Amino acid sequence: MNPIRISLLNLPLSRCLVRIAIFSIFFGLLSVISISAQQSADTANAVPDSQLVEFALSPPFEVSAKDTPNDGGGSITVIWQRSADDLPNGIVTEYRVMRSNADQPEVFAEVGDVAAGETKPTYRYHDGNASDDEQYYYKVAAVTISGDDAETTQEVVAESDVTGPVSSSAQWFDWRRINAFVGVLLLCGFIMFYINRAKAGKKIFIRKIAGLDAVDEAVGRATEMGKKIFYIPGTQDMDNVQTIAGVTILGRVAEKAAQYDTWLEVPVSRSLVMVTAKEVVKEAYAKAGRPDAFHEDQVHYLTDDQFGYAAGIDGMVVREKPATIFYMGAFYAESLILAETGNSIGAIQIAGTGMPSQLPFFVAACDYTLIGEELFAASAYLSREPKLIGSLKGQDVGKGLILAAILLGILLETFNVWNFSSLFSVIN
Amino acid sequence: MRREIPLAITGIVGVVFVVQYFIPHFPFSRMNDWFSDWFSIVQACAIWLGALNLLKISAQKIAARKSDWIYSIVIVACFFLIVIIGFIEGESFRGQGTAFSWLYDYVYTPLSATMFAILAFFVASASYRAFRARNFEATLLLGAAFFVMLGRVPVGDMLTAFLPDGYRLSALASWVMNFPQAAGQRAIMIGIALGIVSTSLRIILGIERSHLGGE
Repeated sequence: MNPIRISLLNLPLSRCLVRIAIFSIFFGLLSVISISAQQSADTANAVPDSQLVEFALSPPFEVSAKDTPNDGGGSITVIWQRSADDLPNGIVTEYRVMRSNADQPEVFAEVGDVAAGETKPTYRYHDGNASDDEQYYYKVAAVTISGDDAETTQEVVAESDVTGPVSSSAQWFDWRRINAFVGVLLLCGFIMFYINRAKAGKKIFIRKIAGLDAVDEAVGRATEMGKKIFYIPGTQDMDNVQTIAGVTILGRVAEKAAQYDTWLEVPVSRSLVMVTAKEVVKEAYAKAGRPDAFHEDQVHYLTDDQFGYAAGIDGMVVREKPATIFYMGAFYAESLILAETGNSIGAIQIAGTGMPSQLPFFVAACDYTLIGEELFAASAYLSREPKLIGSLKGQDVGKGLILAAILLGILLETFNVWNFSSLFSVIN
Repeated sequence: MRREIPLAITGIVGVVFVVQYFIPHFPFSRMNDWFSDWFSIVQACAIWLGALNLLKISAQKIAARKSDWIYSIVIVACFFLIVIIGFIEGESFRGQGTAFSWLYDYVYTPLSATMFAILAFFVASASYRAFRARNFEATLLLGAAFFVMLGRVPVGDMLTAFLPDGYRLSALASWVMNFPQAAGQRAIMIGIALGIVSTSLRIILGIERSHLGGE
């Protein structure tokens, strides 16, 4: 019997099958080898699993959240201890603060982030977008970036435990300002005490203030020379206490000017000051028994512009050559421009301001200068009213207390006995 | 009532301003802003009072041919020029290339700068008077000023280059400014702060009424 032959290869069927089996085994082995080689190549290019597994980033711990104290509500403070990987030159780049509310406690959204790398171990974040009526949960994640290039870089995040619920609320007292509160109470107490003493008829000594004693002399000089008096109440508006002090003194000066029948001119730089000063001068003239001597034009507006105002007054001073010029209120760079012009025409000049940087200019250019607190004492000094004088005495006692505190502070801080200066820390 | 109502308003507003500093709770937390807004509104309305007063006084001067009335013409002309140009140009009057901005940049700004620059000459003349050694205090002032001024310019350190770094004139000038000067200035500022508290209390309590037009 002839074996069956495959016509194409002209081989018996059995030999064909053997050959097919050999080829199959050969190509099978070849495929396995090539797939293994491909896999080896892929593995070499990929980030090793061991690298990701080894990147066990420590989360921040002791995370707590509380209502921010001493505020008007709407803020929660989140505090946490730094991750163990947040060391100098550590791998943590930032902390991500996440929040969820009571309706969906498991759905967290980022509310802010804090840069890592602080020297202190405790971090804080103030979430100022809280609603006072709502309860919140917080967690904090330490974040770092792994990998060296764009393909392999990935963010690694380690989240802390969840803390909460917590809600924000508004407080009725800012306890950080308790020192200022006590100080104000003490000072007000002293002032009230001495006002009552003065009202009861107790004699109170007030030191002489040369600049205020010279007011009579200055007004008298203008009267003798038959020239005007200029009164400049500063360049600020009625919301500045120096302007109020200046307008207060204006009343006393206007009264004297009315008594001496001397023309008083008040050019102002603010409309509200004009209205107030007009009323004050009018009342002063009435009080002096000379209401008819008052003219509306005595108090007039020039301009709100700082140097425009200075130019306007300088022009008036040079042209009209007043015998006396008062500068009482808040001044800036125009102080010396005004005072030197007044000095150049030989006017007697009395200045008073609470701007420490302008005081040297007034001292250099004016005959008398009310330095700082003397401006605020001027009204009481000129009126000699017991109630007002009493307030000055109370103010002086406050000053004495501050002086004592300064001396005590120097001693205690020098010898490092107690952190005395912390009592006077001010929160803006 | 003419006296009582302003006194009551002053007292209430004064107390609120003090209280809001210590109480962060609503409505106190917002009162500072509210009152500031109200003040700005009143201030904005009051500007007309000032402008009209300026025009009235100037017009009277021109009409009566009072002394220096020619300057009043300048005031009135400038006033109307800027107001009319502002109205013609409408909302964009501050924009680049407008006539208003041209006036601002090439008239107003140089004039202001000129006034400010005059200060340099006034400082020189005032310093000349202040630094004359008439008595011990003035001599002390002169000495301190001399060293501080010299220490603030490079020649000061050049003159004292033979001294160690911390002992040259610039260091001396800094010492004078940081210690004796700062101490004196702070003493003045403490006095001013106390004066402000005392004056404010007098006004809030209605003891001081001069600013309302008399006692």
